[in-house]
Amino acid sequence: MTAEPLIETRDLVKTYPVGGGDLIALDRVSLRVAAGEFAGIVGPSGSGKTTFLNIVGSLDTPTRGSARVLGERVETLGHRRAAALRNRHIGFIFQTFNLLPVYTVFENVEFPLLLLGLPAAERRRRVMAALERVGLADRARSRPDQLSGGQSQRVAISRAVVKDPALVLADEPTANLDAANSHQVLHTMVRLNRELGTTFLFSTHDEKVIGYLRRRITLVDGAVAADEVVTPTHGENGEAAP
Amino acid sequence: MIRFLWRGLVRDRARSLFPTLVVLAGVALTVVMHGYLRGTESDLVRANAAFGGGHVSVMSRAYAAEADLVPNDLALLGADSLLATLGRESPAYLWSARIRFGGLVDVPDAAGETRTQAPVAGLAVDLLDPASPEHEILAPGRALVRGRLPAARGEALLSEDLAQRLDVAPGQTVTIIGTTMYGSLTTANFRVVGTLRFGVTAVDRGAMLLDLADARAALDMAGGAGVLIGFARDGQYRQAEAAALAARFNAARAGDPDPFAPVMSTLREHAGLGQTLDLAATVSGALIALFVLVMSVVLWNAGLMASLRRYGEFGLRLAIGEEKGHLYGSLLAEALMIGLLGSVLGTGLGLLIAWLLQERGLDISPLLRSASMLISDRLRARITPASWLIGFLPGLAATFLGAAISGVGIFRRQTARLSKELET
Ligand SMILES: Nc1ncnc2c1ncn2[C@@H]1O[C@H](COP(=O)(O)OP(=O)(O)O)[C@@H](O)[C@H]1O
Ligand SMILES: [Mg+2]
Repeated sequence: MTAEPLIETRDLVKTYPVGGGDLIALDRVSLRVAAGEFAGIVGPSGSGKTTFLNIVGSLDTPTRGSARVLGERVETLGHRRAAALRNRHIGFIFQTFNLLPVYTVFENVEFPLLLLGLPAAERRRRVMAALERVGLADRARSRPDQLSGGQSQRVAISRAVVKDPALVLADEPTANLDAANSHQVLHTMVRLNRELGTTFLFSTHDEKVIGYLRRRITLVDGAVAADEVVTPTHGENGEAAP
Repeated sequence: MIRFLWRGLVRDRARSLFPTLVVLAGVALTVVMHGYLRGTESDLVRANAAFGGGHVSVMSRAYAAEADLVPNDLALLGADSLLATLGRESPAYLWSARIRFGGLVDVPDAAGETRTQAPVAGLAVDLLDPASPEHEILAPGRALVRGRLPAARGEALLSEDLAQRLDVAPGQTVTIIGTTMYGSLTTANFRVVGTLRFGVTAVDRGAMLLDLADARAALDMAGGAGVLIGFARDGQYRQAEAAALAARFNAARAGDPDPFAPVMSTLREHAGLGQTLDLAATVSGALIALFVLVMSVVLWNAGLMASLRRYGEFGLRLAIGEEKGHLYGSLLAEALMIGLLGSVLGTGLGLLIAWLLQERGLDISPLLRSASMLISDRLRARITPASWLIGFLPGLAATFLGAAISGVGIFRRQTARLSKELET
């Protein structure tokens, strides 16, 4: 496989000025992620997982090194092009505050399509299809506060995939969920990865999530300590890399 | 997209209703404050016009030079024909002759011996003629507390406060001890037929109101008048108009060497009133500016807090791919709508309160017990053209600027930090 990787970082360094010196959040991280992967950045709290995801998602810029995402150099991207990259190609799922509380489920999922300027009929079709995929089409008119934590995360997944992005970045998506909901959410993601070919990159220290991963990248103090291809212990059987 | 953002704004009361109410309250306060200060100023003018020297006044040059001392020995003579001329030449003004005098009022007991005495500030105007302009300018009929207005010579009115102090009731006769135009002591008896309260403490403390003809007779001032006052028929003092009127009047007599020739002056020139009015205008201008500033800071801060509270939402919207400029624009549009709505409603409420204060007033006489300024003891607002606009400064401009400046944080901060604030 010599196709251009979806994500390629080289010696990625991120430091934060703290007190007298610099805190090294990412320490020369060089990674490649190919299209269709279902991979996770694993490590204890404070190991730099979120920082890495934010740089890959063009929400942040590295202090040194380079990150190429979908052919774009994140470190030199202006905020307009970064917004366009996120809007068209990257879906985010966060740990909390994933949904805009004043909007209905439908409207939350519709928001990225509004930004893309799609016509109303097209938006409706796509939103309903995306909600269908996560099994929440019947909750389209609900408000976020009427949903369970698992349902909220499934709406967030549906919003992340509604624009058919190449990449979904999920930062500790199960941290606030109980076991049953976590498994349901992960099942949904595995299925979308298989059906749509969407690349998923997680940040997690949750054993349940780790059980679904096909690749496990371990960060310790901002540096890559291990990068292994693993066989999922959970998830749908027989899934193969596309 | 606009509909989408609008829906969010309307549904989130913390973002729409609450800020609008804050703006509304701030703007209403500003408008009322402005109206109140302008009202105080215009009250000062009104009271001084009615009880002092009208909007313009005509005196002899000699009298004018020492007007504070009420020098009746220098009064105008032949006042009635001059009054008629003024009425013909300037029909937009009501013209009236007045005599002021100082004296003692002596209240006799049953045996005719002095029971009590008090200094009195006398004012004589034409009270008996039903067509007298003083029924409109001084309007004693509206100020009557007890008794009735004089209907015949020899009848007088006392201020209610003075009457109470002297224990004089309508029907009783009192004696005035004063000085004639020629400097000799004089006494005259009057029957008090009514008492007055004008609502101007400096007047109500010790005034006596006589008919002009009676005063002329008592003070030996046949055909004389201390001052002829002109009062705009609509009651509004217009400085430029009054100044032009006075300049015209005085220019026609510039060549006259007579020290007793009449000279006209405007309300601003009376008894240092110009400085007082300027001071009042400066003080109220400064207070209004200060108030607008304070309200602006408050509303600015409210705008600031409102957007800080929403950093989580902004982070999420940026992560989903909204462009920073678009986000900033929507923030400004919201602030503009809230500022505009709050300002319009606040101005409406403020004008309503100011209007009530203008029409009804608020009694502040206890605060004015020792005031010597001619100022009404009823606090009144006045709505001016500026009242309609003043609230928009803090309401619209400050709210908008507050949002604009807090929103700059969206650009300044790393996008990642905005979304990091999503984490707990
Ligand atoms: N904006 C920031 N300023 C200073 N330090 C930060 C900032 N963001 C993250 N850090 C630090 O960088 C390190 C990595 O953080 P993060 O990427 O959030 O770790 P993780 O997601 O693995 O818990 C931590 O020590 C954290 O305290
Ligand atoms: Mg993290």
